[in-house]
Amino acid sequence: MSEAIRIEGLHKSFGDLEVLRGIDLTVDDHEVVGLIGASGSGKSTLLRCIDLLEPVDAGRIWIEGGEVTAAGVDENVVRRRIGIVFQAFNLFPHMTVMRNVTLAQEKALDRDPEEARAKATELLTRFGLLEKADDYPDRLSGGQQQRVAIARALAMDPDVMLLDEVTSALDPVLVAEVLDAIRELAAAGMTMVIATHEMGFARDVANRVAFLDQGTLLEEGAPAQMFSHPREEATRRFLDRIIAAGRM
Amino acid sequence: MAREKYFPKGTPGVDPRVPAAGSRGSRILGGRSALIAVLSSVIVFGVVALLILRSPGWPSIAEAFFDGAVFADAFPKILRAFRLNVFMFLVAEVFILVLALVVAVIRSLPGPAFLPFRLMAAVYTDVFRGVPTILVIFLLGFGAPALGLQGVPDSDLFWGIVALVLVYTAYVSEVYRAGIESIHPSQVSAARSLGLTRGQSMRYVVVPQAVRRVIPPLLNDFIGLQKDTALVASLGSVVEGLRQAQIVQARYFDFTPFVALALIYLVITVPLTRVVDWQVARERRRREAGGNL
Repeated sequence: MSEAIRIEGLHKSFGDLEVLRGIDLTVDDHEVVGLIGASGSGKSTLLRCIDLLEPVDAGRIWIEGGEVTAAGVDENVVRRRIGIVFQAFNLFPHMTVMRNVTLAQEKALDRDPEEARAKATELLTRFGLLEKADDYPDRLSGGQQQRVAIARALAMDPDVMLLDEVTSALDPVLVAEVLDAIRELAAAGMTMVIATHEMGFARDVANRVAFLDQGTLLEEGAPAQMFSHPREEATRRFLDRIIAAGRM
Repeated sequence: MAREKYFPKGTPGVDPRVPAAGSRGSRILGGRSALIAVLSSVIVFGVVALLILRSPGWPSIAEAFFDGAVFADAFPKILRAFRLNVFMFLVAEVFILVLALVVAVIRSLPGPAFLPFRLMAAVYTDVFRGVPTILVIFLLGFGAPALGLQGVPDSDLFWGIVALVLVYTAYVSEVYRAGIESIHPSQVSAARSLGLTRGQSMRYVVVPQAVRRVIPPLLNDFIGLQKDTALVASLGSVVEGLRQAQIVQARYFDFTPFVALALIYLVITVPLTRVVDWQVARERRRREAGGNL
């Protein structure tokens, strides 16, 4: 199995605040890695660094064997190969659902409009959103918006998908429809890194779970082992708090 | 039940869907409130009218400002000349809308490489927002043609329009810039994450949303520009509405032409003001309706 993502010694600070303190992580092709940890532990920053949305201070990142942190790498080309979905959806509110999904295909990948439309139609159908194609995002529920955001990222045919707490902004009743969409992606063999507070989901869908604590990757392992016999005290405390909060 | 009877649906302050009196939405008034509104209006306006009409100077004022015969002669002439104001406005507005967006985008360019451009744009907006419009019209109208450069027009109308464009581009670029800065950075993140370049993100994602958001203040600046076209009259050779009114006024030694011109302005600017209010109200409703993005 070859590596989809390889991260070595990743450091990132915002001013005096050191958010990532030397992260090493590899993700194999078709693997799903669940990224867990308290708010502020650096999950979002790690995902944003992988997508080059944040410049890294130190460390190196490879995507499908090519170093993306090397000098002279066209970050736009890298981002086209990485799909990221945000907690707050971040759909373009002035565009229809269809346009949200076709825009980058046409402008960044130079696909012709019919091809982009066909791709979007296929994805929207897959997520049960085709009848919303001509609506604007503010007419959609949060769960529908988030599924559009996933479709928008998938339309670029990314090698890797990064999901940043994609259900955290949703009503509990809408969480399931988004999780189902992600499960389907995992089943289809998409390589994913999923930052999430949904421990049950992480245990379910991830091949491996990594626990991030104050900017370091404290431990990682198979979900069954991580959730029932965590090695580290901090992991155990975190999981206890999560259980107490009823998220597992 | 009784409450329903005395306060039918839609009574301000009673029906929760209708804001209480005093807010902007209270135009539909219930029976009793309507009576009070009519009475108080009659009394207030009546007293004001009485005070003015019975003032000792009123007869001479009425003659100097509201002379029917002068009005009849002046109005068509001024209306004809006013077409020049409309022309100046339309030509200037086209350039302003485009140039101001260019200036605003330049000022929003990130990174040290663009510093000189940002600096130039900032100095430009500071200077032209800081100098009275009439002064810019004088400086350009009297100064530029005097340079005697080849190919540079020496028409007052041309330089008047250029002055208006320069001043209002500075104002409008600040309006655009406020709109651009009001777009949440997550929109840019989303656009860039899809592999769109910085320029594409600006063009397809940020600017369209920013422009939509600043339409009301833009319309306000339209109104200001519409009025300020009268300042070009000070260059003498441009016979627009105000200049024409002055000409008629000088012939009759009567100020009625100015009243005629004011009416023409009001006919144009008041509806525009209403459009702005309507736009602002619509935008507010849209946001309150839960368009959270």
